[in-house]
Amino acid sequence: MKIHLDTDRCQGHNRCRLIAPELFDTDDYGQAVLRIEGEIPEALHDKARQAAANCPEFAISIEDDA
Amino acid sequence: MKDWLNDFDHADPDYNRDLHEIWRDMRARCPIAHSPRYGGLWMPLTEELVRQIAYDTQHFSNHGAVVGHVEGSEPRPVGSAPPITSDPPYHGPAKRLLLPAFAPKRIEAKEDEIRAVCRECLDAVADRGPGDEIDGAVEYAQHIPVRVMSRMLGVPRSDEDLMREFVHALIEGVDRPEAQQRADRLRVDAYLDELIDEHRREPRGSIIDDLLAAQVEGQPIEPRHVRGMVLLLLMAGIDTTWSAIGSGLWHFATHPDDLARMQREPELWPTAIEELLRAYAPVTMGRRVVDDVEIGGRTLKKGEWVLLPFPAANRDPQAFPDADKIVLDREVNRHAAFGLGIHRCIGSNLARLELQVALQEFIARVPEFHLADPERVRWSTGQIRGPRVLPLTIGSV
Repeated sequence: MKIHLDTDRCQGHNRCRLIAPELFDTDDYGQAVLRIEGEIPEALHDKARQAAANCPEFAISIEDDA
Repeated sequence: MKDWLNDFDHADPDYNRDLHEIWRDMRARCPIAHSPRYGGLWMPLTEELVRQIAYDTQHFSNHGAVVGHVEGSEPRPVGSAPPITSDPPYHGPAKRLLLPAFAPKRIEAKEDEIRAVCRECLDAVADRGPGDEIDGAVEYAQHIPVRVMSRMLGVPRSDEDLMREFVHALIEGVDRPEAQQRADRLRVDAYLDELIDEHRREPRGSIIDDLLAAQVEGQPIEPRHVRGMVLLLLMAGIDTTWSAIGSGLWHFATHPDDLARMQREPELWPTAIEELLRAYAPVTMGRRVVDDVEIGGRTLKKGEWVLLPFPAANRDPQAFPDADKIVLDREVNRHAAFGLGIHRCIGSNLARLELQVALQEFIARVPEFHLADPERVRWSTGQIRGPRVLPLTIGSV
């Protein structure tokens, strides 16, 4: 599984970081930053899906091999 | 019940009392409604159309953020309270100035301070016991954001009542006589000019100091724009959060099972807060049509107003299953309580934290409470929805 973050769409709602702090950080302006580039460990797959499903701006997409 | 579909008015107390039922009825009949008031006013009711308009900064201007009879005195693209009243290209750089002070980690550091403010408010009503009343809006919710925001802006404690009065005059009084609205605005401006001058003479380590030192496109911000930004933080930070806290208390007062569940399962707070924000989102934003545009099969004409009801979008059954049901552990909740697109509420992290801490502290001190009398609850009018009078009786029913 990989996560794609569209930084143009992100408006800094901070929902992803609240749901999955292991996967998302925020910068000094509150914009989301990916903490893991590349393959997401299986233990975090649910959290990744949940973060994507709660982004108000549809800025997060999941590339799922499963 | 009056039919509001072709005559809705956000300043009417009857309309505001039953808002969610009215919106449900309107949505079922029409995706975007029109009212002749304020010179022509549109209101989308579906999540899809609210989103479409929020993203369309070309046809819709935030110069019309507050829908009323009085036009903002500052022209586009800045508006009288930047960046909420601003459009691109001014909006982005102006918002960037304020964003760092409200970024998640800066705000999370304030948790203890906010908790202390809440406890102080509860200490003031510590004399009440089972069977006694507390007004959750007047005696509790309204004090918390005023105190938190006053500290961020370097406003002395003795002026907190004045802050609340200003906010009330400017936000809730859109249908009052124009002369009175202008007089109120002059009074607020005079106060803020003095406050900003005091900061200029003697920095207090507040956001105002940052704004005075900041530059947009290589130029210092014009004094009247600094004033506009301070006004925005004051207005946007106070009525809104007060409303959200009050609505949360109203929910628990009328849903004892949910209240008991939060005490049993405190790990639910993160999803519960998002669900309360979804179901009781306080803020409806305004827009002005700047170019004729077709939305939902209707033609919106240049110069007309638009109310953008994020709380109605959050209850659209097409976007949320069981939209009118409050599900404290709702896992998929793409709510729009803080807006969508470039105008996402700058204070969302602060509001979320204040809401959670205020509810947690209230419930810790008053584990059981219910509405003293549903007839005495009074809801706000205007674009910010929340209870303004909320008499609660301590103890179970």
